[in-house]
Amino acid sequence: MSAPPPAPPPDVTTAAAPRVPLAIPHAPRGARLKELAFRGGMLACLGVALVTLAAVLIQVFSKGIGRVDLNFITDLGSSIPDRAGIGAALVGTLWVIAVCIAFIVPVGVASAVYLEEYADRSRWYNRWIEVNIQNLAAVPSIVYGILGLAFLVRGPLSLGHVVLAAGLTLALLVLPVVVIAGREAIRAVPPSIRDGSMALGATKWQTIWKQVLPASVPGFATGVILAVSRAIGEAAPLIVVGGATYLSFYPSGLGSDFTVLPLQIFNWISQPQEEFKDLAAAGMIVLLGVLLVLNAVAVWLRNKYEKKW
Amino acid sequence: MFPKVTDPERMERERATPEIDTAVRGGGADAGPRPRFAREAVFELSNVTVSYDGIAAVAEVSLDVYRNHITALIGPSGCGKSTLIRCLNRMNDLIPSASVEGSVLYHGQNLYAKQVDPVEVRKRIGMVFQKPNPFPKSIFDNVAFGPRVLGMKNDLHSRVEGALRRAALWDEVKDRLDASAYGVSGGQQQRLCIARCLAVDPDVILMDEPCSALDPISTGKIEDLMLELKRDYSIVIVTHNMQQAARVSDRTAFLMVELDASEKHRTGRVVEYDETEKVFTNPGDPRTEDYVTGKVG
Repeated sequence: MSAPPPAPPPDVTTAAAPRVPLAIPHAPRGARLKELAFRGGMLACLGVALVTLAAVLIQVFSKGIGRVDLNFITDLGSSIPDRAGIGAALVGTLWVIAVCIAFIVPVGVASAVYLEEYADRSRWYNRWIEVNIQNLAAVPSIVYGILGLAFLVRGPLSLGHVVLAAGLTLALLVLPVVVIAGREAIRAVPPSIRDGSMALGATKWQTIWKQVLPASVPGFATGVILAVSRAIGEAAPLIVVGGATYLSFYPSGLGSDFTVLPLQIFNWISQPQEEFKDLAAAGMIVLLGVLLVLNAVAVWLRNKYEKKW
Repeated sequence: MFPKVTDPERMERERATPEIDTAVRGGGADAGPRPRFAREAVFELSNVTVSYDGIAAVAEVSLDVYRNHITALIGPSGCGKSTLIRCLNRMNDLIPSASVEGSVLYHGQNLYAKQVDPVEVRKRIGMVFQKPNPFPKSIFDNVAFGPRVLGMKNDLHSRVEGALRRAALWDEVKDRLDASAYGVSGGQQQRLCIARCLAVDPDVILMDEPCSALDPISTGKIEDLMLELKRDYSIVIVTHNMQQAARVSDRTAFLMVELDASEKHRTGRVVEYDETEKVFTNPGDPRTEDYVTGKVG
């Protein structure tokens, strides 16, 4: 094995036999140590994130889990900790998110379709739009809050401190996420599908509506859910837009005053009484629960509609 | 815009063929087995040049494609065969940098005239691609897609069945029409794409290397199918496989790549276009002979 045959017959294949021994040497010790150190280092970095997450979760759960019950979930705000619940904030969050989804789905899909299927990239304004959508995704959320306050709550639309204004503000905030995810999804549809459809005499619009969009549903759904997960956790812009920190009724419609989960938690944390801090922890558990459900739906949607080409 | 070709009309024209026989161009009745009816031109290309970003990919092509013929385009890679076939149903319109010069007449009408709607062109001139490209839908919905978008919704089921039967696929898939089109073999997928194309009653079927992704058995089935289909349709096929061209086609165009003066750009040109038998047994150009006998390429 390790040495060439002693008397190679004179034929072409063995004449070209390798001169190096065929036995494969072990890797040098140093290389293996480096490999181990590298792996260990990466694991340690991951550990930092995991330990932090675990610490937060343990803290929150140990403080708050005792307070999470049906009453807590349905009760309205109160200045007496035992009577205070997260009901108004939970309903408010659902309303605001519903408005947000109703806005970002059509607008996000239409924007992504325009940019991917119609925009002529040799035109400066299309490139300008593209760059700005990337930039918008990185604008701090408080800026959207100010925008919402100036244009939706007051100013041209003068909606007031209501669910509709809050939902639209969050929609503007997360719209770039949906557009970017949607563009990725559209781009992932192979050109052969478009060619096949066009070659049958389908118009561009029919091709987009009946082939490209159905095939990119999972990508859009993932984008929307990521966007909504972000919107649910936002407090800053809604403080500016005028979310209530104490609400003694369930928000009942687009024109209703509102509060949302992060605002309610923020309010409880800033109370001096220790009991309210427990309530805040319980509120975080509810918020985490909502987020987990949403992410589960995202994974389920992605698996259900996943396409193979 | 174009006369709608339906089966009765087609059959009538076929019956009325002896009169038009004077229009026969090239090749006599004794040049092997030929369709009995007239050599009516479906496409008349004159001086067609297709360019990408102003650089010609295929230049100065003049040839006629006849009805109920299988016309093969052969030649080495990069000679512009696919570019040429894609300009017959205006698929090149989908590539923004592509431009077509010269005239492409389809039954006497210029395909590139301003008032011609490319969508109308593609309804009549179907296309099958190199790689089977079924839609991510069920087998039934794949075939029904064309009729649905073109508003042919009457008796959709029998239209789909008819198309699958003509594509010799019905018996293999009739029990799983609702299954995903991705679940069938590559050869079946390609026949599904042919069925999809037949479902909208085209006049011409363009095939861009339809067998290049298939094994020999599937290829044989597609070739048999083509011979079957040419009774009702005109077929133009691009192929890398010369034996395939020799087996199925009635006429063959041989394209060759030429470097331009600066030796930077490669442009395809038609070297020879004639009866397939003549191209393969007694070519008129030495370059054709070298290619078909395997001396080059």
